Amino acid sequence: MELIFSTLINGLSLGGIYAMIALGYTMVYGIAKLLNFAHGDIIMVGGYLIYVFMATNNPLLAIFMAVIGCVILGICVEKIAYKPLRGASPLAVLITAIGVSNLLQSLAQIIFGSAPKMATVYDFGIVKLFGATIQISSLVTLVVAFAVMTALTLFVKFTRLGRAMIAVSEDRSAAQLMGINVNSIITVTFAIGSALAALAGLFYLLKAPSISSTLGAMPGIKAFTAAVIGGIGSIPGAMLGGILLGMIESISYKITAIAPYTDAIEFSILILILLVRPTGFLGKKRREKV
Amino acid sequence: MAMLEVNDLKVYYGVICALKGISFHVNEGEIVSLIGANGAGKTTTMQSIIGLLPKKSGHILFDGQDITRTPCHKIVHAGMTQVPEGRRIFQELTVYENLLMGAYTNKDQGKFKSDLESIYDRFPRLAERRNQIAGTLSGGEQQMLAISRALMCHPKLLMLDEPSMGLSPLLVDQVFDIIKDINRDGTTILLVEQNAGKSLAISDRAYVMETGSIVLTGTGAELAASEKVRKAYLGG
Repeated sequence: MELIFSTLINGLSLGGIYAMIALGYTMVYGIAKLLNFAHGDIIMVGGYLIYVFMATNNPLLAIFMAVIGCVILGICVEKIAYKPLRGASPLAVLITAIGVSNLLQSLAQIIFGSAPKMATVYDFGIVKLFGATIQISSLVTLVVAFAVMTALTLFVKFTRLGRAMIAVSEDRSAAQLMGINVNSIITVTFAIGSALAALAGLFYLLKAPSISSTLGAMPGIKAFTAAVIGGIGSIPGAMLGGILLGMIESISYKITAIAPYTDAIEFSILILILLVRPTGFLGKKRREKV
Repeated sequence: MAMLEVNDLKVYYGVICALKGISFHVNEGEIVSLIGANGAGKTTTMQSIIGLLPKKSGHILFDGQDITRTPCHKIVHAGMTQVPEGRRIFQELTVYENLLMGAYTNKDQGKFKSDLESIYDRFPRLAERRNQIAGTLSGGEQQMLAISRALMCHPKLLMLDEPSMGLSPLLVDQVFDIIKDINRDGTTILLVEQNAGKSLAISDRAYVMETGSIVLTGTGAELAASEKVRKAYLGG
């Protein structure tokens, strides 16, 4: 019972983190039609920004500065690296994205060195629930992640800007005919994605307080996997894929026999899904009507 | 003064010249048609006017303003929009949400509500289906929705690209009636059609396009009577 409960909490909290990162991938893909492989590295930048601003000993200020910094970085990456490539071949954009990713990692290594830095944002301690020992930070992560996802869903559904984002992701030129400025919608999308990545960086630091320049690489790939499993371009899909992947990872870690193969299992599931259902669980299938 | 004036508009797709320098105008209150075969450049003309094809030369004036280099969304704010070829409604949104998107330029809630009511009065089918996902509508209903969505931004000039395409003969007649109605309510219309007969019948003036050029112009009635147009586009 306590094993099930702690696995569930860990899975949901990890899944919440993956979902938040996956949202950045999926929204940018849906709206700008590009795979932003530098997205994972925004998490790392968020982590370092928290580390830097923890010098003030004010966790809330550090988190705030990390979010603002990542939003600015995300917007700059879009304007400098991706905007000039609008209409270029997808391969050119993909290579650029990998280039940006390398650039951010190398810059982090030049500035902060290759040895990991430690940043303890806040020690929440542990709590006993149903006989299981639970990290309170996992609960905080879970609650914040779900609150953010709910807020994002409501934002997209019920605000003028959110609906414009849906319109652009459905049909870019039809959206322009409604008077929507596609460039500013893309900017907003990068800003939101980067803010979510900064929060993901915070959650990673709450789990384990060590940052290196490759902090974002694996979570980035995992979250991308989650986005594809859920259906790239779909917001509920990214949430579903993220939580699913988090649960699988958490369960797999608890079974000694397969624990070392956890990453392999996750990516095998991706391959399986791509074979059976290439659009992912909630991905779009275009309907045509005459 | 002409509401829309196009001067020597040239468009290239790579090395292929899609529009070879066309000039025409649309006066306020008119219905003007561009007719011609597939590939004549009608859709290209529309898309370059509305700013969806940025690479072009020549001059486009709308309401006295040069809009040759203006991006699409600003042209829409200035009072021109388009019902695109193939309707391009937002398939996964409801009928109501599509109309809401159409009213994107309008931030006045009260005005939106009254616009919505007048659309629902004009198209009771859309009112019945207001909460239905637009992709599940029939072709005719989707065309009504596409036209309604465009009307939600109160265009001074409305361009329609092949509005009768893929519809049953009964619905085709209905679409042309709607276009006449919209024009009577004060909206200037630029219409692109392959259905030359029906569009000439409702047009004040028309231009005939052939492989990127305008080859003939006149009133709707003149062109409908012209030997050349009858042979080429009206089946004898």
